[in-house]
Amino acid sequence: MSKVRLLVGTRKGAFVLTSDGKRRKWEVSGPHFAGWEIYHVKGSPVNPERLYASQSSGWFGQIIQRSDDGGKTWEQVGNKFLYDGVPGTHQWYDGTPHPWEFKRVWHLEPSLKNADEVYAGAEDAALFHSKDGGQNWQELSGLRGHGSGPHWQPGAGGMCLHTIILDPKVPERIYIAISAAGAFRTDDGGKTWLPINKGLRSQFMPDQDAEVGHCVHHIAMHPSRPGVLFMQKHWDVMRSDNAGDSWTEVSGNLPTDFGFVIDVHAHEPETIFVVPIKSDSEHFPLDGKLQVFRSRSGGNEWEPLTQGLPQKDCYVNVLRDAMAVDSMDECGVYFGTTGGQVYGSADGGDSWEPIVRDLPAVLSVEVQTLT
Amino acid sequence: MIRVELPQHLRTLAKVKGEVILQVEGPITLRAVLDELEARYPMLRGTIREYGTLKRRAFLRFFVCMEDISHRSPDELLPEAVAEGKEPLLVIGAIAGGLVGLRA
Repeated sequence: MSKVRLLVGTRKGAFVLTSDGKRRKWEVSGPHFAGWEIYHVKGSPVNPERLYASQSSGWFGQIIQRSDDGGKTWEQVGNKFLYDGVPGTHQWYDGTPHPWEFKRVWHLEPSLKNADEVYAGAEDAALFHSKDGGQNWQELSGLRGHGSGPHWQPGAGGMCLHTIILDPKVPERIYIAISAAGAFRTDDGGKTWLPINKGLRSQFMPDQDAEVGHCVHHIAMHPSRPGVLFMQKHWDVMRSDNAGDSWTEVSGNLPTDFGFVIDVHAHEPETIFVVPIKSDSEHFPLDGKLQVFRSRSGGNEWEPLTQGLPQKDCYVNVLRDAMAVDSMDECGVYFGTTGGQVYGSADGGDSWEPIVRDLPAVLSVEVQTLT
Repeated sequence: MIRVELPQHLRTLAKVKGEVILQVEGPITLRAVLDELEARYPMLRGTIREYGTLKRRAFLRFFVCMEDISHRSPDELLPEAVAEGKEPLLVIGAIAGGLVGLRA
């Protein structure tokens, strides 16, 4: 029988939540790496028992952990993240040049073909690559070396490379997103990169057609249609039907189009989910009501999903990597909050239940469907 | 014999309990002790000193014999009491001012 395994990164450790295919009863394992910030945990699609975790601390820096038994035991692997060559400068918040400094890994993306191959998205923004299970890391410096690098600027959360999407159909194609530089695409495995931000509009930018500088919060893709991308930007929900060459806004009837997460239904490539957040200065749901919004038309027309979610006095946030979908016959949808709750829906978002209520602030949620 | 006292999180990474005991050859300097510590416990590389520059991580401090030596040259000799194993080198995480991640 199928099983579902949730990999939850929190402000104070990692948790592994497992359930059978019904997704009603859950076992909770953790905290793993107690006391450390776990920005992301993700499993290899090639070998689901192989997990990678980003463990970090303002005091002790970055650690990468690896598991070969689905998170029961862990082994510390390489943490030497050095920028290629002279790092140079990017823009600081006040527009002055600021040296590139490695701070942490926000996102780990295991390869679609090889369990020992994994990508890491870093703050200050850079993409690193390991071919030996995380022991050694090399920067794919063509990205940071893109001519626009000196103009990149941090968002409020730091200048982080937070999204990595590997194209399952076009070899060597990778999408990444950086807050607040924007989205980029490579078609040659990371040697050269193209900014893909046409059509994005950002109020805070004087040049509305600027090639870089947009605060992209997250991007999602359905593997059956890798040329179609959905984006939750700082403000605005966007879609692209041409691999990011251009974007159109699909915020439609959302009550607010600010937010962080976005994801796509496992079996319906035009069904997408967001969690609207009130504004960039008030990072919580509108009117204290936690609502997931679902569009079955790839955007523009949205419906609120509230059954089982708190509809009063709820002032949590849902961070950019904290939503995931499983691939069970009836798609499960999961998200975690800064209040420490992880909610799950076993019916594509129609109804929700809290799986756990009192974890540390949730930074990321990934899910594995195991057979 | 050199004694090193690590903060809890680093003891967990190194899989040690209590103090770490090191045998350090040559002049007993902070650099020599940290080099030996990282050689014996490679999982600590990058957690006390940054890779490349070997600069002390900003929110860690080094104390010996009740003195903060964090800003001294790492090539200064450590006090005799440390070299003789009577006093430990303390690696301490800053109690206030730790960098809180701002992930959003």
